[in-house]
Amino acid sequence: MITQSSIQSSLSPDPSLHGGLEDNSSALGDFLQETFALTKRLFIQLQRRPSTLMAGIIQPFMWLLLFGALFTNAPRGFFGEDLNYGQFLAPGVIVFTAFSGALNAGLPVMFDREFGFLNRLLVAPLASRYSIVAASTIYIVALSFIQTGVIVAASAFLGAGLPNIAGLGAIALIVLLVVLGVTALSLGLAFALPGHIELIAVIFVTNLPLLFASTALAPLSFMAGWLQVVASLNPLTYAIEPIRYLYLHSEWGIGTLVMDTPWTSISLWAVILVLLAFDALVLLAIQPLLRRRFA
Amino acid sequence: MANAVFIDNLHKSYGSITAVENISFQVQPGEIFGLLGPNGAGKTTTIRCLTTLAKPDRGTVEVCGISAVKNPRAARRRLGYVAQEVALDKVLTGRELLHLQAALYHLPSEGAKERIERLLELLNLTTYADRQTGTYSGGLRKRLDLAAGLLHQPEVLVLDEPTVGLDIESRFIVWDFLRQLKAAGTTVLITSHYLEEIDALADRLAIIDSGVVIDSGSPSQLKERVGGDRVTLQIKEFTPEEEAQQAKAMLSSLPFVQSVIVNPARGNSLNLIVKGESNYLTNIEESLAAASFPIFSMTQSRPSLDDVYLAATGRTLMDAEMAAAGRRDLKAEKKEEMK
Repeated sequence: MITQSSIQSSLSPDPSLHGGLEDNSSALGDFLQETFALTKRLFIQLQRRPSTLMAGIIQPFMWLLLFGALFTNAPRGFFGEDLNYGQFLAPGVIVFTAFSGALNAGLPVMFDREFGFLNRLLVAPLASRYSIVAASTIYIVALSFIQTGVIVAASAFLGAGLPNIAGLGAIALIVLLVVLGVTALSLGLAFALPGHIELIAVIFVTNLPLLFASTALAPLSFMAGWLQVVASLNPLTYAIEPIRYLYLHSEWGIGTLVMDTPWTSISLWAVILVLLAFDALVLLAIQPLLRRRFA
Repeated sequence: MANAVFIDNLHKSYGSITAVENISFQVQPGEIFGLLGPNGAGKTTTIRCLTTLAKPDRGTVEVCGISAVKNPRAARRRLGYVAQEVALDKVLTGRELLHLQAALYHLPSEGAKERIERLLELLNLTTYADRQTGTYSGGLRKRLDLAAGLLHQPEVLVLDEPTVGLDIESRFIVWDFLRQLKAAGTTVLITSHYLEEIDALADRLAIIDSGVVIDSGSPSQLKERVGGDRVTLQIKEFTPEEEAQQAKAMLSSLPFVQSVIVNPARGNSLNLIVKGESNYLTNIEESLAAASFPIFSMTQSRPSLDDVYLAATGRTLMDAEMAAAGRRDLKAEKKEEMK
């Protein structure tokens, strides 16, 4: 039963909720509350519209199946160390899937900008607008892990074998580092570019070239000299090569040499350092873009 | 007591286009204040500066004495904002959207849950609360957006063109709700290019044209300031042009008639402004009879806000609307909004 007085109390302002000039609430608590709520929204969307996730699982599966079959009759050992192509390909598909998923991270944010939903977030007294970035990142990382898990299982089923637990942990770390950097890049673009058409165009021209200019589909030794140089500078290669090593070797340590470049061989910890440096570089690069919008 | 909203000497331009040139007005706590003006006059830009979506180039913008530029977060807590185009996540249900909103305003979760149910009930949304907002009609969307804007019990609720695109019934629901809101002590700032809306709701208003405030006060003050009464006269249901002109010439010679306009859009009816004669209806009737003009209909009215607008700008709001529609670059505006 709605009485006149209860209407009054529901509609009247309550300054006690709004605090003073300075924050009297816990900034961290507020940040966690808003980040959690924004992340929850993305997962509700995923649950009700799962087609993106489905496509994100089917596509790498097709890569494994079709691309793997392309070189089935290549001589054994052609791709190095007594491998068949399916085994060679699996790490490439894992990294590429995580990479493309992360590259699309900016799209939902761009649509929020275009539909005006972002304004709803920007007029709210968020503890920090970086919660919008944090929520997207958590979402994409979770998605990538789901996809990676499925691909690892599918590759095992297709005969690529399965790394041990430590190996899987290291793979998770490497995937995480790639996803963090690329997600940040995509989110930065989502705030910098004028609209989704432009963002999709950038995704389109980045996606496949970065794949072909890495060691995902073929080893370095197959490539033209200049492409070897490009591939050795491509962050994706720094994720693919160690994962490939982990797939083939159960004995490894942090100092193990896991990757060859035209110049030198690189150890696991150096690879992780390179990926960390890539993440740091991207974060630095998008700072001005985010600050311009979030100031 | 501090003004609920204090805007002084506000300037804002986008590139070479000056959207707001010099806008100043104050909103008192507890009143409904209207910003009236044609599309493109600078209302939305003013609102964007107030709600911290845009940074003013110059000038003061304060909410309850708090600078929206220097302390945007504190200002945001005191403001509720209902945008012109309701942006709801169409995959979320109404209730989910309100829970998201509550978290963005950091309401404690127990209090929020109860408050959400209260607002759903108040706005007659309970039946629809668990449906995805993509299925909502325009009126439902607006009501949900109102609930969202009020969730944190703001001191000032800002509504940009709250009833554009709504059917008549939804429009009255919104009006009625805003009056209840005022009665409960919430300050309301609305923009509108509908005269009737501002006239019906606002305690005070500012008329904005081309980025400048051209007049402000209460609706009755403004109308009184224009002065004179309006008489609409039809000689016949459809008066021939020539006859209307003859009547115009005759009526213009009467001492209390200030101006006569023939309106061809309404069968050459005559619009008169009269002043300084209390018995003008009888007087006009007698003069017409003496010159043997018939009378099909004759109505009198007090000046409307449209007359205020006309007096201040030399054109009616409708004309301004049409002119603005031709000048506007909607695509560029959309782009600005995304910045």
